[in-house]
Amino acid sequence: MNRILIVEPSKCTGCRLCEVVCSVKKNGAVNPTRARIAIIKWESICLETPMLCQQCESAPCVAVCPVKALARDSELERVSIDYDLCIGCKFCVAACPFGAMGIDPVARKVIKCDLCDGEPTCVKFCETKALQYVDASIANITKMRKAAEELSELIKKTVAKPQHTQS
Amino acid sequence: MRDQKVAYVDLSTREVRQELIPEKMREMYLGGRGIDMYLLYNHIPPGCDPLGPENVLAVSAGILGGTLAPSSGRCHIGAKSPLTGLVGSTNMGGFFAPELRFAGFDHLVIRGKAESPVYLWIRDGEVQIRDAAHLWGKDTGETPAIIRGDHEDEDIKVMCIGVAGENLVRFANVLSGLKNAGGRTGMGCVMGSKGLKAIAVRGTQDLAIAYGEEALGYLEHLMGLIRNNEVFKEFSKWGTPMFHSSSDVLGRVRNRNFQRNQVPDGESLYAENLAKYSIGMAACFGCPVHCRHRYVVPEGPDQGAYVEGPEWSTLSALTAEVDCRRMETALVGNYLVNKSGIDSLEFGSMVSWAMELYEKGIIDDRVTGGLKLEWGNEQAVYEMIRQIATREGLGDILAEGPLRAIDRLGEESGYYNVHIKGMSCLHTDERATPSHALGIAVSTRGADHMRSRPGVDAHVLPPEVKDKLFGFPTPEMTSYEGSAKLVWWHELLYTISDALGVCKFQAIFASPSTIGYDEYCTLTRYITGLELSPSEMTEIGERIYTLERMFNNREGASRKDDIPPERYLVEPTPLGLGDFKGKTIDREKFEGLLDEYYAAHGWDSDGVPTPETLARLGLEGEPSHIL
Repeated sequence: MNRILIVEPSKCTGCRLCEVVCSVKKNGAVNPTRARIAIIKWESICLETPMLCQQCESAPCVAVCPVKALARDSELERVSIDYDLCIGCKFCVAACPFGAMGIDPVARKVIKCDLCDGEPTCVKFCETKALQYVDASIANITKMRKAAEELSELIKKTVAKPQHTQS
Repeated sequence: MRDQKVAYVDLSTREVRQELIPEKMREMYLGGRGIDMYLLYNHIPPGCDPLGPENVLAVSAGILGGTLAPSSGRCHIGAKSPLTGLVGSTNMGGFFAPELRFAGFDHLVIRGKAESPVYLWIRDGEVQIRDAAHLWGKDTGETPAIIRGDHEDEDIKVMCIGVAGENLVRFANVLSGLKNAGGRTGMGCVMGSKGLKAIAVRGTQDLAIAYGEEALGYLEHLMGLIRNNEVFKEFSKWGTPMFHSSSDVLGRVRNRNFQRNQVPDGESLYAENLAKYSIGMAACFGCPVHCRHRYVVPEGPDQGAYVEGPEWSTLSALTAEVDCRRMETALVGNYLVNKSGIDSLEFGSMVSWAMELYEKGIIDDRVTGGLKLEWGNEQAVYEMIRQIATREGLGDILAEGPLRAIDRLGEESGYYNVHIKGMSCLHTDERATPSHALGIAVSTRGADHMRSRPGVDAHVLPPEVKDKLFGFPTPEMTSYEGSAKLVWWHELLYTISDALGVCKFQAIFASPSTIGYDEYCTLTRYITGLELSPSEMTEIGERIYTLERMFNNREGASRKDDIPPERYLVEPTPLGLGDFKGKTIDREKFEGLLDEYYAAHGWDSDGVPTPETLARLGLEGEPSHIL
């Protein structure tokens, strides 16, 4: 199965339960700064978005890793860290365009989302489905349908427009 | 995680001291409002001036705060109230309390008075007193923005006061975020009196979970319970404003300062009309219900500003109470009260009182400065928000709260000010619902519904369902019999919610088939490792509530202060369906309820805990100064 974790910011209520469950799952303690996901907020304009590793196909973190500790794991469609190889140089932290490669201040290791080995905990607890783990081949279809609906409204309006009102 | 810290801050001497919370405190009071009450009872000198340096402001997270417990973002704030002179206690949602825990603290105990304005800066185990000269005069939106800019960290959580708190408006609130308000009992006024503009916190420490895997599994179960609950499905969509329409239809709302108990032609205030302005729902920390609307101010000078809310109470305070019938009034007004840091409930009550006095000629244009305080005058409502926050004109009088404002406006005005213990009644009319009337009358913090209201009443459940839920026969909404026990039961449950630091809306307040004592005990075990049975937890609730009563008794309160306002006793409800029309509170029956209520708590006929009760609850040695 080829599944990906997709984010729909417009559905996020900003509750941060994803940060909580992620940090408990990974560390047995609540600590959002050690979670692999973060809700970035702009409080004064009612906006927020979940940020986490996009599991890039051509990942900058993989490209810059000098000891090849980072690699794409094709089975789970993710970028994995081999901690036996990692030397903690943090080049990957600098390279990631999303800030999704973090540093665990307690374990003194780089950390990133590992999709909980195919069962993402954050997705399980996201009440509004702002986070979803779906088959890659249909990841866009819901969005496509929504866009098509809007488009069909436009088409209807255009078709229904009485010709004689022009000119 | 049970050994979090208490920070003692003296703003006069600028000393900060830290102590670990002893295990015994957890076992007896859990945390949050529980330990706060212990701290207030032990640290506030009896008879002190609420606005003097000796008053103590307690700020806290609950023992489940910032964890896997659903909606564990609640923050409790307490002090001696400048409004009632009794126990001050308010509760705020959002994200402040979890951040406080991540910084290593569960409780702050703040005394003294700063020489010039300050704010507290708390970061991972350290508390600093910082200069706040540049924050004084700023509103509740500007203040956190400036602090975040100063520290270059957008994730700092801030609780602050607006200009109302600075100007010692006795019902000034504390704000965190766009609308999380610790509204009741004037805690913002206490902050202002101490020269404390804000508390800013950033924490990056672990909050260890006793049984992580089990807690995650159990949360999954609870999320299912909430997700499949029909009440929460609606609640998530409409928020608390959804309660207005059904209450209005029955005749349970306050219109024209209790002249009426329905809003004639007031359908425009129903939640459906909020939908077109709502741009989405927001959640507090870890909450799957997300009951807060977000919107953009639709008109007026602040058009375009982003806001959250309004709750039903605010909606009604700004419209139904003052007889405004436009939803837009609530949306503009909500923004203004939050920005200036005024408790919306107290505001609505005081202004509707002033409008009635104006109508009856008890005050005139000389007192209002020419302002036409007529029913439905929304511009007058906005102007009063400004005048109260800045203490100008009539606003300076109303800012004093019921007791002192009655003194200023004369004896004749007193009857029309509907308050209990010096804190105003709400947006609801309790004349037809004895358990609700008893609840607000005996509430330790003055007239307020969140101390004990049996929210599930609204669902009109079959008697057998309610009997099973409460463990004893429960009354119809409009009957006296059984009301005392119902109030007692809810007081204990809500006290526990506040001590755990979780939201009451997830509990039996909203629905019979959701989180109750069993779930609270399981969550507490998995998250903290503390093993408690439901009956042990109930006893903790009794202990906390009795200690609040002791605080009030020590300040001179007694049975005489547990009586509904005169208007409830003599003026029948003019409108409403069947059992809600033509109702007053029957004084004799009510006195009977008081006897039953005191007996349920183990207090004597004057509301004083008996020696046996004190011994049973381990309160006989208070104040014991363990913390």
